[in-house]
Formats: sequence, C-alpha cells, structure tokens
Amino acid sequence: MRSSSFLRGGALSAACASVVLVSAEVRAETDFVYEEVSGRISLESREFPESAVFPGQASHSTGLVFHPKLYVEDADGRSVTVAPFFRYDSTDPRRTHADLREAFALVFGEAGNSEWEIRVGIDQVFWGVAESRHLVDIVNQVDLVEHPNEETKLGQPMAHLTWSGEWGVLELFGLTYHRARTFPGPAGRMRGLFVIDDEHISYESSAGEWNLDLAVRYTQSFGSVDIGLSAFDGTSREPSICPTPVPTAQLTQHYEQIRQFGIDSQITIDAWLLKLEAIRRTGFRNLFCQQEEDYGAFVVGGEYAFYSVWDSPADLSVLAEWNYDERGQNATNVFQNDLFLAVRYALNDVQSTDFTIGVFEDVDLESRVLSMEFNRRLTDYWALNVEAIAFLKIGDRDFLQHGLENDSFVGLNLSYSF
Amino acid sequence: MTDRSHSMQPGCLLLAAVLVLSAWFAAPSTAIADSHAPEEAGLQIALEARERGTGFGDFTARQTMVLRNRHGQESRRDVRIKILEVDDDGDRSMFVFDQPRDVKGTAFLVHAHRTEPDDQWLYLPALKRVKRISSSNRSGSFMGSEFAYEDMTAQAVEKFTYMYLRDEACGELTCSVTERTPVEKGSGYSRQVVWHDHDAFRIWKVEYYDRKDEHLKTLEITDYQQYLDQYWFAGTMTMMNHLTGKSTVLNWSDYEFQTGLDDGDFTQTSLRRAR
Repeated sequence: MRSSSFLRGGALSAACASVVLVSAEVRAETDFVYEEVSGRISLESREFPESAVFPGQASHSTGLVFHPKLYVEDADGRSVTVAPFFRYDSTDPRRTHADLREAFALVFGEAGNSEWEIRVGIDQVFWGVAESRHLVDIVNQVDLVEHPNEETKLGQPMAHLTWSGEWGVLELFGLTYHRARTFPGPAGRMRGLFVIDDEHISYESSAGEWNLDLAVRYTQSFGSVDIGLSAFDGTSREPSICPTPVPTAQLTQHYEQIRQFGIDSQITIDAWLLKLEAIRRTGFRNLFCQQEEDYGAFVVGGEYAFYSVWDSPADLSVLAEWNYDERGQNATNVFQNDLFLAVRYALNDVQSTDFTIGVFEDVDLESRVLSMEFNRRLTDYWALNVEAIAFLKIGDRDFLQHGLENDSFVGLNLSYSF
Repeated sequence: MTDRSHSMQPGCLLLAAVLVLSAWFAAPSTAIADSHAPEEAGLQIALEARERGTGFGDFTARQTMVLRNRHGQESRRDVRIKILEVDDDGDRSMFVFDQPRDVKGTAFLVHAHRTEPDDQWLYLPALKRVKRISSSNRSGSFMGSEFAYEDMTAQAVEKFTYMYLRDEACGELTCSVTERTPVEKGSGYSRQVVWHDHDAFRIWKVEYYDRKDEHLKTLEITDYQQYLDQYWFAGTMTMMNHLTGKSTVLNWSDYEFQTGLDDGDFTQTSLRRAR
C-alpha cells in the first residue's frame, strides 16, 4: 500500500470516525434493534494477451477484494453504516489499496407535508441517467485503479441534507475533504504513456484538500418525465493533468476551483428510456493544463427494450448515446465526440444471466474501444462476471489514449456475497 | 454499464391485490350469477372481491420464494415488502431483496395505477443509483421465477374483461369460476380462469393460458388467514408451469398491519434508505 495514500486515508478515517463516534454518543442511550453484517469477497484475474509496452508490466494479474458492510439501526430507524474496502493486486502496488467507501450516520423524519433526511460522514452519491458516462455526477471522486469505466468511486466525507415534498426533492451537500483520483502505477496496465504522479498533488485553493466544496441538487418528476438540476462550487473532482517543469516522464495532478451547472432528464415511455445529461463548467483548465477554458458538454441518447424475444423469457435492449464536449481536441477526457452503441441480452433465468456488448466510437479521433460483459449467478451466494475490453483502434491524435494500444484484457471475477 | 437490475426489474410482488381478497361475511355470488348476464356477473364478482380487499391501510410482510426446476434443483429469494393503499389509485409498494445475496439491498418501488402504466424505480446499492425503469415488461419472469411481472402487480379490475362460467366445489367451499381477458396488449396471456369462493371472495386457483391458448401455468393459493378481523391474506402461493415442469412456491410471513406507513415511505429518497 503506498504510504501517501495510506496517510491521507488515515486522516480521513480519523475524521470520519470522529463524526460517527459523536453520532454514536448522541445515540448511546438508545439500543440498536437491528444489526447486520453483509458484503462481498471477490477473486479477480486479468489476462492481457498483448505484450506489455513498459518495463515491469505483467501480462497477468490476480486480485482479491474484501468489501464488508456493517449496518445498525435503532427503533426510530436511525442508522449507522460502515463499509470499508480492501483490494490486493499482484502486479500494481497502486492498485493494492484500501478505502472507506461508507461510514455515515443517518437520521430522517417528517415536518408537516415534507420529509427530511440528514446523512453525516463518508458516503457515496449518484446523480444522472446516462450509461456510457456519468457527466453530471460530481460529488464523489473516481477510484480509477478499480476499473477504467469510472463506475467505482471513493468515499466522500460530507454533510448531506435532503428535503422533499410534493414540490420535489432538494438536496444540499457540504463536502469537507477532497479525495485525489487514483491512477495506475508504473507497473500497472492501462496507465498510458505517462505515469500520473500521486505524491505531489497541487490545489488552486489555499486550503488545499480541506477546501469546503458545496453542491445542491433539485429533482422532480412530471409524469413520465424526470428532471434533475444541479450546481457545484469547489474543488474539481477531475484533475488537470499537467506536464512537470522538469521532464520526468511523469505528469502531475492539479485540482482547480470550478463551478459546474448540470441538468439531467429521463423520459420513460413504454419500452423507451430517453436520456439527456448536460453540464456547463467554468474555471477548469483544458488538455494538459494549457489554459482555463469554460465549456459545455452533453450526453444524449436512449435505450429500447424488446421483451420476450424469440419466444423466450429473454429481453434484448439496444442502447445508443452520443457524447459531445465543445472543447474538441482540447477536451480533458475521451468523450469529446463519441458514439456509444450497445446491446444487452438478459435471459431472465434463475441465474440472472446477462450478456452485454458495446462499442465506443470516437467520431473525430478515429478510436474504437469494444467492451463485453457476461454475468451469471452460480448459486444463491456465488456469482461469476467475465469481461473483455479491447482497444481496437487508437487514433494518432487521440493523445489521452496513447499507450493503451496493447492493454486489451479479459477479466474473470468470482464473487462470494454474504 | 451492465447492471443486474434488468434481470429482476419490474416484478413487484404486489400480490397484495391478489391476496387481499375479501371480508369475512358471505355475500351469495350465486345471486350475482343468477341475476346478470355472464359478462356482468364476472365483473360483479371482481368488483366484490376488490371491495372486500380494500381498506386495510398498509402492511409489511416477508416473502420467501423457492424456485424449483424439473430436476428438483432449488434456488431461494427473500424479499421484505411494504404496501400502502392509495385512495382511488393503485397501491404503493416497496420490495427490498435479502436473497440471493449478490442482489442484497436492491430495492424496488412501484406506484401502481388503475388505468395508466405503473411508475417503477429500482435502487442499485453497489452504485447507490436510483433508476426509473419501464413498466411495460408485463409478461417477463420475475426474478427467474414462474411468476410473471403481471402476476405480481395489482390485478386492477379495469385491466380485464370478464365472463362468469359456472359454480363448482373447491375443497370444502363452493367457488364461482370466472374467465378474465387482459385488456393490455403487453400481457403474455390470452385469458385466465379464476376460482373465487362464495364465502369471502378469496381466490383459490388461477389457470393461465398463453397467447396460443395453451394451458401454461396454474396458481394455487392456500393457508389463508384473517387479519384485522376482516381481511383474508394468503400464506402460500404455488405456481406450476405445465410446459417447463418448473414451479415456484411463494410463502408469506410476518404480516403486520396499519404500521403507520405514509406517502413519505414510498419516495425515491426512502428507496435510497432501503437496506
């Protein structure tokens, strides 16, 4: 486990633990009426068929994940949840990491015709509707070493107030500590041409990672139309990846103060799901830290399901989404003008077997990435996941993906849930 | 990107409406049958069953499903359920899964409607994501079981046309046998035949005929118990698939009534609190 991350994680755990302890003290006179330990242990294997480009990279890696969750609740429904996460990886020391995914106290109640809820501690929050990318979702940092798909997130310390009624749902977030994104190390696959430095992290805010970031979100449903509006003011979750003054073959992470407005919407009609996410972000530097460039970006698309196909209980869903970022070649992510097309086949059997195949097609930069996934429950406790990511083509001008050409892989994941 | 949600989607064991059938006092359904045309008599029986099943307010319960294939291999589903009646609309229901363990904590919220399509949301605990999902998959399997989504959701009276067939003995009771035809085109059935008893309009048996009019499945409901001195709720529901030889036994337990649930317990925010 790398030391810097461990120290940061330690400080974080302490901060969080104190929050939980304080809340536990308040609750000391109450007895917990419900306790539960659940979680997951996974064994993972990744095979990289193409030869490694950088020294120290292996063609096979083995991983082990332990992700338990403790939940206690009192007679009034007030609860504390604690869920640490541990991963061991045989090849990349940076991928061997621990995180406190959740450690929060939750209280809720009613006031007149409204309901309120307060969560204090380390938690995870999801905003948005799209599948290919989570554009408006900004509260939690991405745990990128877990998976390049950016679906896994680090725990975020926060106070989170929700107030809801007939008029909609209003949420306020005070985010007290910034988590830096995790990146693969020199010996990790999918690291790209340059290793991202994870020790010398700089912040625009003089408070560094302790800057208080604020976020607000409002959601409401109008029949089949759901709408979410969000605003964020504070330390960017996405790092600006900057060249170092001294050429060291490493790039550094710099976190700027940004403001971001987001809208997300889904229309659900029959077997159609129509989706939109859009953001406007200011104060963020463009590719390789050249300069600040305010920009807009969106993802628009949808999903259609064919039920009971071929006289079987199976469903076939077709997904299409278009990602656009008006910075074009100066965009800091791979979604500047990309189409995502996918087909998902769900057998609806006892094992919940499903198979998904998708392709990300970069319209401008001529890159193409294929992703496949297969899931099947083996018993009531064991489940199997097989996935493959293939970097079929990486365009000459697609700088963000240079160095990934040989990193296609097949992953096998066997999980025991308890 | 892939999520397991779609394999367990709609579902919605809103069997509530199916089970909640009836008050204790007997109204002679033979009288209904005698004095009406078969279509009208069938509708009157359905309306009477609904009338007697309405007014319990809210309840919580547990469900255990045992799925059995033709080789006798078993798989288990455990679900916690909350139901709230809504005046002049379908029920609100919340389902939280405990078993199988890989979907533990997954929760499913339904706002059922009498004539319009239901609203449905799914909570995926691994991502902490609430997803609005389509409710149009009526005929798909619920959680791999022999119950289809449409068997699990509220059997709104308005969603069928009716035909009274005959009276016959059902165990120690006498039942009216009615045929009902789904109005919705998304249904997987051409028709269903339903046995209501004369004592309390409880459903004891349903035969399901597929789109080719083959006898696909039979549901038998037993172990009725009376709650709140008025409402009869089922203890065991057995669904047999005659074409595949598979069966699903659904056991209800831990019924608690009038627990103080209200609208606030059936929102997307409360869905996120499910555990």
